[in-house]
Amino acid sequence: MDWGTLQAVLGGVNKHSTSIGKIWLTVLFIFRIMILVVAAERVWGDEQDDFVCNTLQPGCRNVCYDHFFPISHIRLWALQLIFVSTPALLVAMHVAYTRHEKKRRFRNGEKIDIEELKNEKIHIRGPLWWTYTSSIFFRIVFEAVFMYVFYYMYDGYQMPRLVKCEAWPCPNTVDCFVSRPTEKTTFTIFMLAVSGICMMLNLAELCYLVIKICMKESRKTT
Amino acid sequence: MDWGALHTILGGVNKHSTSIGKIWLTVLFIFRIMILVVAAERVWGDEQDDFVCNTLQPGCRNVCYDHFFPISHIRLWALQLIFVSTPALLVAMHVAYRRHEKKRQFRKGDQKCEYKDIEEIRRQRFHIEGSLWWTYTGSIFFRLIFEAVFMYAFYFMYDGFRMPRLMKCNAWPCPNTVDCFVSRPTEKTVFTIFMIAVSSICILLNVAELCYLLTKFFLRRSKKAGNSKQQSNHENKEETKQNEMNELISDSCQNTVIGFTS
Repeated sequence: MDWGTLQAVLGGVNKHSTSIGKIWLTVLFIFRIMILVVAAERVWGDEQDDFVCNTLQPGCRNVCYDHFFPISHIRLWALQLIFVSTPALLVAMHVAYTRHEKKRRFRNGEKIDIEELKNEKIHIRGPLWWTYTSSIFFRIVFEAVFMYVFYYMYDGYQMPRLVKCEAWPCPNTVDCFVSRPTEKTTFTIFMLAVSGICMMLNLAELCYLVIKICMKESRKTT
Repeated sequence: MDWGALHTILGGVNKHSTSIGKIWLTVLFIFRIMILVVAAERVWGDEQDDFVCNTLQPGCRNVCYDHFFPISHIRLWALQLIFVSTPALLVAMHVAYRRHEKKRQFRKGDQKCEYKDIEEIRRQRFHIEGSLWWTYTGSIFFRLIFEAVFMYAFYFMYDGFRMPRLMKCNAWPCPNTVDCFVSRPTEKTVFTIFMIAVSSICILLNVAELCYLLTKFFLRRSKKAGNSKQQSNHENKEETKQNEMNELISDSCQNTVIGFTS
C-alpha cells in the first residue's frame, strides 16, 4: 500500500473530472509525488544522522534535532499529499452510488442498457456538481493549511545552515549544523511552487464550474 | 505477501459491504496503512540507532531500549491493522460458500433457474440477509473488540500516548540512574495521536454500521409481520407483476442457456 496504490485509486476518478481536474491530477502525480519519492526522500534521508552538534554531551544532539524539527518536511509533504488527494474519493463514491442506483432501477424493470451503464461518463450536474465542487473546496483548504503549517513551523521556507540550541541537557548554548541545507531549501521552494500551481488550478476549476452552472441557470430562465 | 496483497484480498469483500463498510475500508487503507508505510515507518526507522544514553557502559543502551520499548509502535500498528482487517475474511468465506452452493444447484439443472449463466453467479452481489447478516454483524463486532484491545494495549504499555524526550533508566548493567534520550519524540507523538484519532474514527464507523444493520433487521421483521396481514389484498397485484418478471427472466434464461450449451 504505497503511492502506486493511491495512483490506481485516483486514476478512476480521472474519468469523471473536468480537463483542469485532469491537469491537476497529472501535476500532483508527476511533480509532487514522484519528486517526493525519487528525490526529496534521499535529500532528507540522512537528516538526523548528519545533524551534527558541537558538543560531546550525550543526548544533546537528539534533543536539539527534536526541538528544531518537530515534524520532518518529508512527513508533512506525505500528509499534505494524502489529504489533498482524498477529497477526490468523495466524487468516486458519489459516482459509484449513482451507478448503483441506476443498476437497481434496471433490475426493477426499467429499460436501461447495462453495458452502457458501466462505460457511461457521468456528467457533472445536479448533486454530483455539489460533491465535485466541495471536493475542490476542501482541496484548496488543505493546501492552504499545510502551506501555512510549513511557514509557521519552520519560520519561513529557508533551511538554515546553523541552529543554536539551549535545550537541556546541552551545556549553555551549542552550535548545531544541519545536513544539506541548500539542497533542502531548493526542494522546499520547488514543492511550495508546485503547491501554489495546484492551488491556482483548483481555483480555476472552481471558477469554471461556477460559471458553467450560472450560464446553465440563465439559459433555463430565458 | 505485503500490504498490497491484503488490499487485493479485502478489495473483494468491498463489493458485499454496506456503504459505511466501504467508507471504513477506504479510511483503513488510505489513512492507516498508507500513512504507516509512507511516513510512520521512516519516523521509527532509526529508533534504536538514535536511542542515546549518557553512559559508556556496554549493554546499558540495549537494556534500556528493551525496557522502555517492549514492542515497537510500528509492530503494534501492523498487528492491529492485520487483526482488524481479518474479520472481513469471514464474510468473504461465507459469500464464497453461498456462490459454491448456487453453482452446484445450477449444474444439477435445478428448475428454479434464477441465473442466466454461471458467469452471473460469479458476479452476483449478495444482499446482507439471513445467515450472511449474522456473519457480517459478527465480523463488525470482532473488529470493534480488536480495535479497543489494541488501543488499550498501547495506552497500558506506554503510559499514555505521548512519547517522552528523556527516560531515566536504572536496569542492570547501567550504573545507578542513566539519562536516555529518545529519537524524534515530537514527531512520534504527532503520529501516535494521528493513528489513535483515525482508529477512533474507524470505531465510530463500525458502531454506526452495527446500528444500521440492527435497524434494518428490525424494520424488515416488522415489515414481514405487517405484510402477512395484508397479503390477501395485494396478492393479485404482486402475482401479475411476478409473472411478468418470470416471463422476462425465463425468456432470457432460455436464450442464454442455449448459448451456454452450444
